[in-house]
Amino acid sequence: MDFLRPARWEEALAAKAEHPAAVPIAGGTDVMVEINFDHRRPSHLLDLTRVTELYTWQDAGDRVRLGAAVPYARVIERLAGELPGLALAARTVGSPQIRNRGSVGGNLGAASPAGDSHPALLAAGAEVEAESVRGTRLIPVEEFYTGVKRNALAPDELIRAVHVRKATGPQQFSKVGTRNAMVIAVCAFALALHPDTRTVRTGIGSAAPTPVRARTAEDFLNAALAEARCWDTGAPVPPAVAAEFARLASAACRPIDDVRGSAAYRRHAVGVMARRTLAWAWEQHTTGEGTARCA
Amino acid sequence: MRVNVTVNGRPRQADDVWEGESLLYLLRERLGLPGSKNACEQGECGSCTVRLDGVPVCACLVAAGQAHGRDVVTVEGLAARAGAAEGHLSPVQQAFVDAGAVQCGFCTPGLLVAADDLLERDPDPSDADIREALSGNLCRCTGYEKILDAVRLAAARTARSGQGA
Repeated sequence: MDFLRPARWEEALAAKAEHPAAVPIAGGTDVMVEINFDHRRPSHLLDLTRVTELYTWQDAGDRVRLGAAVPYARVIERLAGELPGLALAARTVGSPQIRNRGSVGGNLGAASPAGDSHPALLAAGAEVEAESVRGTRLIPVEEFYTGVKRNALAPDELIRAVHVRKATGPQQFSKVGTRNAMVIAVCAFALALHPDTRTVRTGIGSAAPTPVRARTAEDFLNAALAEARCWDTGAPVPPAVAAEFARLASAACRPIDDVRGSAAYRRHAVGVMARRTLAWAWEQHTTGEGTARCA
Repeated sequence: MRVNVTVNGRPRQADDVWEGESLLYLLRERLGLPGSKNACEQGECGSCTVRLDGVPVCACLVAAGQAHGRDVVTVEGLAARAGAAEGHLSPVQQAFVDAGAVQCGFCTPGLLVAADDLLERDPDPSDADIREALSGNLCRCTGYEKILDAVRLAAARTARSGQGA
């Protein structure tokens, strides 16, 4: 095994071009587990912790360009205003030690269906900035997840950043697990209100081969909220609408039975979380107040 | 590969480090510092918690090569770092002893490093803050109550000595 230590981003790209099988490592919270357990013996480890720009973020108008290796702890401390859904999701990641090292870029690279960032990115709207010596491309996050632990990166590409749309309304995140720390999601649900476009977007985690949006549920809810003139009046979401939204969110799942939970439980729980996150976010939207609740 | 790293204030060097090796292995097996414990090797238990450039991390999830040129503090360095005299414990360590927060002792080094970091950031943490700060450290003996007592005790003693100074 070789340990590559690029000091600059251009060197990292050159190294990845030369060694496409090299495994990028930053916080190590996934990669080191695989190595410690002998599940993976890459020919090269590509250490990105010396590439300082990966640990920075920039204001990009209506988006935040979040460096791939910015730890979850920074997202929580510094970006909860612009990216509230992602910050909520980040709070549920692992433990303080893990949040000090793990990053959204790592979550995307690993592309586990259970990654906590994914539902929040899907609900907020995001694009992955992938770069290689051949150039840069932006991949809509919906198209980034291609299968269980598979993503749309080409072998010579690295994740430079993720561009996340700044919140224009309340965002919520809910996750089912056995305790409040060190939990891989049994399932998770994120919801973002976008009052500027009068739309609601969603993200489901750990209840399908990839993270997914509940598009049919979104379409139904967007039409129902428009028809009931809820955006104009600030009236509560009609219970029948919320119930149908929850049913459609549940139907968007393609879960499996595994050690963390059964498929039937996941389907049920996603429906419950869809209904609750909608109620919380809508209440915040109409009262202008934040809610602090246990999800 | 060769790794140069500052551990508990001292520059250390290790040769023939395997590229897939963890910082935990480097500390325990090559640098003779077995204080950080090796249990889960997947970041679940916190027994290997050390400070890397001041930040608490699981040493089992840091590649040894990533620690090159960095600063590491382990449980072995807590007393000196707190200015304790040779052979004496740091305030957090002493509080763990006095509160009976140590049973089998396996989780203790990680808890000490995590608690030390908490009290450095927040000398007067609430119970919720303590629980959150220690949420990544598993203990299978004590049920955590005495560990929480110890952190409260260390905070109270530090506040008292601060007032007395």
